[in-house]
Amino acid sequence: MEQSMLHLSLLILFIPLAGFLILVFFGKKLPRQGDWLGTSLIGITLLMALYMLISKISSMSTETLTYSASWVILRNSSFGATSIDLGFMIDNLTVVMLVVVMLVSFLVHLFSIGYMKGDARYSRYFAYLGLFTFSMTGIVLTHNLLMMYIFWELVGVSSYLLIGFWYEKKSATNAASKAFIVNRIGDAGMFIGIMILFIHFSTFTFEPIFSGLAAGDLPFQSTAWLTAAGILIFCGAVGKSAQFPLHVWLPDAMEGPTPVSALIHAATMVAAGVYLIARMFPMLTAEALIVIAYIGAITALIAATIALTQYDIKKVLAYSTISQLGFMVMALGLGAFAAGFMHLVTHAAFKAGLFLGAGSVIFAMHNALHKKNDHHTDAQDIRNMGGLKSRMPVTYWTFLIFTLAIAGVPLTSGFLSKDEILAGTLAFSSLNGHYLLPIIAFTVAGMTAFYMFRLFILTFHGNHADESRISGLMESPLTMTIPLLILAGLSTFVFYSFNPLGASGGWFFSAIERPASMIPEALQPASAEIFNQAVKALHTPALILSVLIAGAGIFGAVWVYEWKKSSADVISQNFGALYKGAFNKWYFDEMYQYVFVGGTFILTKILRWFDEKIIDGIVNGAATLSERFSVMNRWFDENIIDGLVNFTAWFMGILGFVLRRLQTGKIQHYLAFVVLGVLVFYFIFV
Amino acid sequence: MENELIQWLSQPGLTHYLMIGALLFCIGITLVLTRRNVIMILMGIELILNSVNLNFIAFSRFSVITLDGHLTALFLIILAAAEAAVALAIVLNIYNRFKTIDIDEISLLKG
Repeated sequence: MEQSMLHLSLLILFIPLAGFLILVFFGKKLPRQGDWLGTSLIGITLLMALYMLISKISSMSTETLTYSASWVILRNSSFGATSIDLGFMIDNLTVVMLVVVMLVSFLVHLFSIGYMKGDARYSRYFAYLGLFTFSMTGIVLTHNLLMMYIFWELVGVSSYLLIGFWYEKKSATNAASKAFIVNRIGDAGMFIGIMILFIHFSTFTFEPIFSGLAAGDLPFQSTAWLTAAGILIFCGAVGKSAQFPLHVWLPDAMEGPTPVSALIHAATMVAAGVYLIARMFPMLTAEALIVIAYIGAITALIAATIALTQYDIKKVLAYSTISQLGFMVMALGLGAFAAGFMHLVTHAAFKAGLFLGAGSVIFAMHNALHKKNDHHTDAQDIRNMGGLKSRMPVTYWTFLIFTLAIAGVPLTSGFLSKDEILAGTLAFSSLNGHYLLPIIAFTVAGMTAFYMFRLFILTFHGNHADESRISGLMESPLTMTIPLLILAGLSTFVFYSFNPLGASGGWFFSAIERPASMIPEALQPASAEIFNQAVKALHTPALILSVLIAGAGIFGAVWVYEWKKSSADVISQNFGALYKGAFNKWYFDEMYQYVFVGGTFILTKILRWFDEKIIDGIVNGAATLSERFSVMNRWFDENIIDGLVNFTAWFMGILGFVLRRLQTGKIQHYLAFVVLGVLVFYFIFV
Repeated sequence: MENELIQWLSQPGLTHYLMIGALLFCIGITLVLTRRNVIMILMGIELILNSVNLNFIAFSRFSVITLDGHLTALFLIILAAAEAAVALAIVLNIYNRFKTIDIDEISLLKG
């Protein structure tokens, strides 16, 4: 079994890469530009991942399989030999994540066949999807931080390529650069964190680092360094999972094609940060975890408030993604490990579904607008929608299921995971205080229900904004609706737990356990047993509260937008400054623009002054000096060197002028010289 | 004193011949250096060659009992004949070209 696992994981990793290479080089020459190739390759890997999941989970063990191969061996006099290994680590976390990645990737491939039809770079699009799948698989499978970092950057690149896929649009290229640069900030922190661990442990591999920590060997023998390393590595997750304060890139990333938003910016890549925290969990100190929990909570709150006010369908979903990612990060920070990770999985299904549903809506709107030759109306603005229910029944019903799931209504998958997280927040504050966290969590849960139903009602219910357009709106083709149906199925509770009101009895909670903390006792958070007991005790109140709050959110949205009992405009005016702040995304972009971009401009001005005055001064001074020196050189050349040369020539001329007198041309003179010469020799030598 | 001279003259030896040779050589050199007529210069050269012949014969007669000197003299006579033939041909060419055989007129190599 172990060998077959290794071979399968190798195949799962490299088949998408092969697909990428084939499509990049030969995509345009293949029939149908090779969309079937990319899709079927991911389909095959999905089957393999499913096989791995079933065989791993059905054995009911939580054992970890590791495969390691030495890559580079460094020899250093002070460390001895340091081996940098490449390898896989396969535990239940890995196989679950693999299936999530492959499933969403496969469905997005399928959906894209319809959505991207007729695009100028159709085959290139599928190639990028393959590259992304390869990189994401690498993150999931790796057993060391170095490979994690490499694939971490690779998903960043594929995300960059896909956000900027329609690079004819200036906004798309800007969004791509923004995503990449903002991610780099987080990645720089992550790299520092990795290097702190590497310098101390001389290895990148998880297992020896954790066992070193378990043996009491802390980085530089200091708990502060350990906490710092944990928080710095978490910085990578802050960037990739769009946590406060680096969340600004994700809404802009919606410039990419909508299926890409579903795959990368909702379901998988942004969840990589959560996966990273889960992987590093054994080395995170209680202090680091508190930081993580608060960052997650702040993110969830900020994003939810912004999502309440947005009108772009994809922007609302983007902020809701950030908010839900905040939820997951907060859950892991609290120690609700399985709940946070389960929310990742369930969220991947229903949020991918929401994005694909939004894609289906945008596709229909776009076609309808195109038929009317209307190029001014925004196909993504929910104010231009409404009444789509009758025209797009499949999209409508699946979207409803996804919305119920994200709102946390019982019988959905989202309810299971969100309920566990909310119970976790209550349990955490009953153990440690920090009463702000459950308050934020429940508030955000209510807001989520409200803004999702607001989006849903404005899009599908009521009357369409422009009645003349309604006949042009068509349900999307089968390749687009089938993924929606599959994801809708996966958003119900049965796949995660047979008990619709609690996940703790299901296979997920028995397969995914919180890993034992590897750090000294004093630094650990409350142990898993104590925490789980607290969760169990508080589960019922959390369940009732969460249902009530979700119900209140939904009711509020229906009250305002469906029944129109009170006007949204009046409510927003009552909130005044708060509404304005949320509508303008709390001015994060403006603040970053002012502080960082403006600061950079000021810095460039200073540097420019320095360049122009100091550097150019030195250069010009050197030039002047060279000029002076060359003038001196020229004088020396012209007078001394040329003088010598000319003198030699002149002297030779004089000499020749004198000596030519001897050449009389008269043969008798020559002969006389010969005779004289002979005589001279005679007198000298004889 | 006079007797000694007569005595010395009446008993000819190597020195006498060498002196005659030297005299001939000097006359030849003088002819070559002073005459402007090419023919006369050639005659001077003949005199120089014959003075050398005389020396060879004299040394051969008074020193070793071999015929080397005689033979060389014979060779020289042949050489002189050849030289005269070539030189006269050159002179003829000079005359055809410059219409003169005055050596002072022919100074194309003047620097």
